[in-house]
Amino acid sequence: MSTVAVIDYGMGNLHSVAKALEKVSTGTKVMVNGDPDVVRKADRVVLPGVGAIRDCMAEIRRLGFDELVREVVLTKPLLGVCVGMQALMDHSVENNGTDCLGILPGRVEFFGDDLRDNRSGERLKVPHMGWNQVHQVMDHPLWQGIAQDSRFYFVHSYYVEPAGPDLIAAACEYGISFTAAVARDNVFATQFHPEKSQHAGLSLYANFLKWDGTVK
Amino acid sequence: MGLAKRIIPCLDVDNGRVVKGVKFVDIRDAGDPVEIARRYDTEGADEITFLDITASSDNRETMVHVVEEVAGQVFIPLTVGGGIRKVEDIRRMLNAGADKVAINTAAVFNPEFVKEAAEKFGSQCIVVAIDAKQVSDNPPKWEIFTHGGRKATGIDAIEWAIKMVDYGAGEILLTSMDRDGTKIGFDLPLTRAISEAVHVPVIASGGVGNLDHLSEGVKEGKADAVLAASIFHFGEYTIEEAKRRMAAAGIEVRL
Repeated sequence: MSTVAVIDYGMGNLHSVAKALEKVSTGTKVMVNGDPDVVRKADRVVLPGVGAIRDCMAEIRRLGFDELVREVVLTKPLLGVCVGMQALMDHSVENNGTDCLGILPGRVEFFGDDLRDNRSGERLKVPHMGWNQVHQVMDHPLWQGIAQDSRFYFVHSYYVEPAGPDLIAAACEYGISFTAAVARDNVFATQFHPEKSQHAGLSLYANFLKWDGTVK
Repeated sequence: MGLAKRIIPCLDVDNGRVVKGVKFVDIRDAGDPVEIARRYDTEGADEITFLDITASSDNRETMVHVVEEVAGQVFIPLTVGGGIRKVEDIRRMLNAGADKVAINTAAVFNPEFVKEAAEKFGSQCIVVAIDAKQVSDNPPKWEIFTHGGRKATGIDAIEWAIKMVDYGAGEILLTSMDRDGTKIGFDLPLTRAISEAVHVPVIASGGVGNLDHLSEGVKEGKADAVLAASIFHFGEYTIEEAKRRMAAAGIEVRL
């Protein structure tokens, strides 16, 4: 039986991620776990995350999961979600600047206090919360069966700015165009929450459970 | 194209059953929360909010089971309010599968609780529910009330909303006590005043009687999301009809 480990480092709500994976699993065992050995043995790994990046990174480092994630990245499919995506980058401006894992090149930026709709000029609320359209810009097995510009559920005030456009798997508009998903080799990460994005989100998780980590 | 305005059906749950009070009293039974949540999900609800109005704290476990069951079947954001007074209450609901909790009375008695909750779990899951009533016409002024609208606090609603966001609220659920259950539409000046005063999303609630009220809440009230209960529970309208009407009014929705 194949396994997927949702890394539990004590931050936020991992249960909805696990429940969504269980819903689409056909023979994959879903484990929410904070034991590095279990994570090492899993076939696939999900790095979730909610809340402030400083707290997330502090817990990841305290538990020694920074090395664990680096190890996982070398060997198996990894899916980062929300702050789990941001944690993969080099650095975030959140909490007066926080160093992240540096697995993917790029930074995490703030939407700003005066974000405006680029057509109406109306002030936009931050956090960016709700269902927005995700424009796929890369052919990727994780997009299989998901219609172009499908809506996914977001809740975040910071966004990833990859060092180069080659990492961008999807874009989204909220006052500015920002990166909604990144991908490189066996790593895929989303700013949105697939576990809260109904059919489209469940499809993405189902694709992840089938993914061998290669991009054809 | 961009971010959609959200429609959020609200289920008032009493001892594990969905009910809807009119002006917070006369309670009508509207059915099984799990079944109703599934129907709303199928119809295209953007989120679902549960307000636990169970009087006795002994029966609060019932709500935990409802959330657990819904969370295993419905994959959209779930908010739970009612009786959230301690960090432990929040943890229990999040572990059961809720994505956000709504804090109301406890915030009024102990604003630091909102700060503590936001620091512990992140602002993204802390909704502060504000029940406001108009107390003067000129200039218009609203105050917040607790205990289902029965107790006045003397606190100005706009100042309170600003303070709560400052303390870490990630979203404001704003209910007009004057309009709740009346079916004559949202208190639009109140909604607009609060929405323009804070940078976080505001959910308008209280008074929806027809689908045009939802569009008014967004267009005139500047709400980021609209919440309604009875128009959906008793089959007057489906969520999909509501969304189509909003789309026809030029509002971006998730269809």
